[in-house]
Amino acid sequence: MEIDWGWIGEHTDSLTEHALTHLRLALFPVVFGLLISLPLGVLCRRWRWFYPPVLTAANVLYAIPSLALYMIFIQYTGLNESTVMIPLTLYSLSVLVPNVVDGLASVSEPVRQAATAVGFGTLRRLVQVEMPIAVPVVIAGVRVAAVSSISLVAIGQLIGQGGLGEDIFRGYQLNFPTQILAASVLIVLLALVTDALLVAVQWLLTPWARARGRAS
Amino acid sequence: MNKLWNQVDLSWQWLTASGQWHGEESIPHRLFQHLLYSGAALLFAALIGLALGLLVGHTGRGGFLAVSVANIARAVPTIGLVLLIVTVKYSITPQVIALVALAVPPILVNTFEGVRGVDPETRDAARGMGMSEWGVLWHAELPMALPLILLGLRTSAIQVVATATIVAYPGFGGLGRYIVDGLARNDYQLVVGGTVLVVLLAVAVQLLFAALRRFAVSPGLRGSARSS
Repeated sequence: MEIDWGWIGEHTDSLTEHALTHLRLALFPVVFGLLISLPLGVLCRRWRWFYPPVLTAANVLYAIPSLALYMIFIQYTGLNESTVMIPLTLYSLSVLVPNVVDGLASVSEPVRQAATAVGFGTLRRLVQVEMPIAVPVVIAGVRVAAVSSISLVAIGQLIGQGGLGEDIFRGYQLNFPTQILAASVLIVLLALVTDALLVAVQWLLTPWARARGRAS
Repeated sequence: MNKLWNQVDLSWQWLTASGQWHGEESIPHRLFQHLLYSGAALLFAALIGLALGLLVGHTGRGGFLAVSVANIARAVPTIGLVLLIVTVKYSITPQVIALVALAVPPILVNTFEGVRGVDPETRDAARGMGMSEWGVLWHAELPMALPLILLGLRTSAIQVVATATIVAYPGFGGLGRYIVDGLARNDYQLVVGGTVLVVLLAVAVQLLFAALRRFAVSPGLRGSARSS
């Protein structure tokens, strides 16, 4: 297999454009997924019986091949970006919901009681004490969801919305491995950068962990 | 609601049509191909993931590297790998490599975390009883890591079963054939029918692993695994 470096040099503009579309298609679903998972996870903690059915539903959704899910959603949303984003949002739930629940469960009982003792109500305790403590576990889930979302978007090209997937399928149709390879490598790079940014977000959101690291 | 009912009705008609049950294009034949591709990929992935995960987890060396590489591997788009391999060599055997790449990370990471998570005192106790390093790994670390290892295997199995559908795009067999052909011919019934089969297979995988967990995990350890 020969790599045509010249082609890559001539196509940086279109590759960049596809990469930006790719990021948008991949990351909005993770944000939506998080917005759904946070309240859902809180409810699952409050009513324990609610968690197993939610988890099973999320796992079944996760098992549906993306190709098929796109096809099913075309019936409802047509050939546009939401047809790719809705399935990706649903996939992210199977990682995000368990991590939100585990994150909230990682708050120790003494901490919870201390918050109550200094006069925090249920809502304030949740937002100011439990959520921040849950951040590392939740972000661990967001990282997995974001990386898999970025790698999954490519299949969306089968319904015309694939970001860098366009180059993967075009390269296959033209029997031109360079284009497939360039797009695949770019997808991995996008995932790496996103992952690093999420690690930075965690660092910013958990100043106490930094302080502890310095003290020891 | 009407549309949803239509889909259920369509897939039921498709599944029960007699033509689906005999010959090259039949459901049993496609299912067999699908299980063959997925099974082979999972077997190789389990060998690689378990060996590396146990080694790194037991020695405690290279853990950061192994987990980082596994996470990068998660980012590799399977469709890109599948189509890249096809342009180089048109054969189903190398396609399995793409599925192996997909399946190794969850197995490797969970095995590593499982072994790492074993209480150091338990490990010391095992050594104190006179166990060799192999004995510690085999009789103490592996059984205690098993719930997490099974979770990793389950995640990989479900991903592989769902993703093996895309090898149908460059023309290979398996249940993805129905979805890809349905897409090409605008035959919606075929797409929904194929999808239903893949989902049923994934549910069967879930049940299989629930059963495995019941039989393989020591009673004292049940209920202790968390997904990751």
